Amino acid sequence: MELLITVIKIVAVMGVMLGCVAYVVLLERRLSAAIQNRIGPNRVGWQGLLQPIADVVKLIMKEDIVPTKANRFLHDLAPLISIGVAMTTFAIIPFGNRISLFGYDIKLQIADVNIGILYILALTSLGVYGLTLSGWSSNSKYPLLGCIRSSAQMISYELSMGVSIIGIIMMTESLKLDKIVEMQAGWHWNIILQPIGFITFLVASFAETNRLPFDLPEAEPELVAGFHTEYSGMKFGLFYLAEYSNMFVASALITTLYLGGWQVPFVHSLGLSDFWISIVQVFGFFVKIVLMVAFFIIIRWTIPRFRYDQLMNLGWKFMLPIAILNVLITGLVILLI
Amino acid sequence: MNLFDIIFYFFAFITLASAGIVVFSRNIIYAAFSLLFTFFGVAGIYVLLNADFIAVAQLLIYVGGILVLLLFGVMLTNKVVSVDIKTGTLQTLPASLLAAMTAGSICGVFYATDWKIVQSVPDVSTTTHRLGEMFLTTYLLPFEVASLILLVALIGAAMIARRGKTIF
Repeated sequence: MELLITVIKIVAVMGVMLGCVAYVVLLERRLSAAIQNRIGPNRVGWQGLLQPIADVVKLIMKEDIVPTKANRFLHDLAPLISIGVAMTTFAIIPFGNRISLFGYDIKLQIADVNIGILYILALTSLGVYGLTLSGWSSNSKYPLLGCIRSSAQMISYELSMGVSIIGIIMMTESLKLDKIVEMQAGWHWNIILQPIGFITFLVASFAETNRLPFDLPEAEPELVAGFHTEYSGMKFGLFYLAEYSNMFVASALITTLYLGGWQVPFVHSLGLSDFWISIVQVFGFFVKIVLMVAFFIIIRWTIPRFRYDQLMNLGWKFMLPIAILNVLITGLVILLI
Repeated sequence: MNLFDIIFYFFAFITLASAGIVVFSRNIIYAAFSLLFTFFGVAGIYVLLNADFIAVAQLLIYVGGILVLLLFGVMLTNKVVSVDIKTGTLQTLPASLLAAMTAGSICGVFYATDWKIVQSVPDVSTTTHRLGEMFLTTYLLPFEVASLILLVALIGAAMIARRGKTIF
């Protein structure tokens, strides 16, 4: 029975996540259209709501082209690594408190791993492989340039990402994500207690997901499309999906770590039963993620791209010292209180 | 043969098979790439032995850091300089002597050590807590010395990479 519940949880989360990611693409197109004073896709279905389905069907029908001298095996493997890493990260994010359903007490988290945050950091460090292998195996200049950039960028920003989390770990004294969410009950959100850590983590997650101020691996004006230039059909679709799943997972992670996770303030004063409180909390978590994703999209259409040396200077000379300073301040405060 | 054994042999097979490819493959890129699976297999065995922190550290440091740099070194020398790097066999005698000595010392350690075997695994809900405590109390000196060596290596690498400028 335990196994069956876990399987159901996995299927449900995967389904909801894939569906959401498809609609994040639509959200991006509509929001960017609104920002640029256009209309955006509005023909397929009501207000373009069926557009993601049309897109996926189109991608599946397309021919899969592989460059002549490409390394076939690695060329096929790279998108799978990208999407696999993006999907497995969600496994340990708690999306709600416990819920009682049909007499079973179910924890709304797929896997409760002891080392919580470290697991996520380890998986994000694996994400480099998808980009690296795709860039190298295509046997083409632009992907190679893109993959070198992406690896340098991801390795640099992983550091400030890891260091900015330390502040939270010091306060929670646990690496488990559900403990971190429990700590943030009421209004004790980490964004208020760890404002510097929040900013460094936010910037680092923009860099890790290759989103716009930091999208040098696929800078269109310079590198055609960067690491996935030589991909077509559904393999390109997988990279596209991986980018948006990464954004979704990063939003979920920021929500869990800094925005209180599934905690909804004042929910206990509404006089609801436990079951409905859990439902409201899951819904609250979802709303926070969507707002965070919208923030990612608005930033993309607002801020221009960095130059490569600016990116490296920001990462090593500004972000990392600030993140370390945050650790020192947190330690001092914990000692004094 | 219970589930534990099956999982153990599965990871052991992955580790050994991919390590075999690393050693015997003629194509250096496949060798570097299959090292990824070797590290994965070892990490899997760590998880199986309840050493989850070490498993994640293995992934973070070896797979996420060192192997990426290694792959880049191999890929770029292969692509940009367009020299076909193949692995070959040379210095057979010293190499086999060295390998035999290493294998002998590992076997010696394996048989000479008094292994502490626990029948029932105690409740290890938070391995990191205990590890952190040990690092900052009992093993503080080795820990600090190791971090100092790493810092020196980091500064040294940065210094060497700054070419064309006088160092002092």
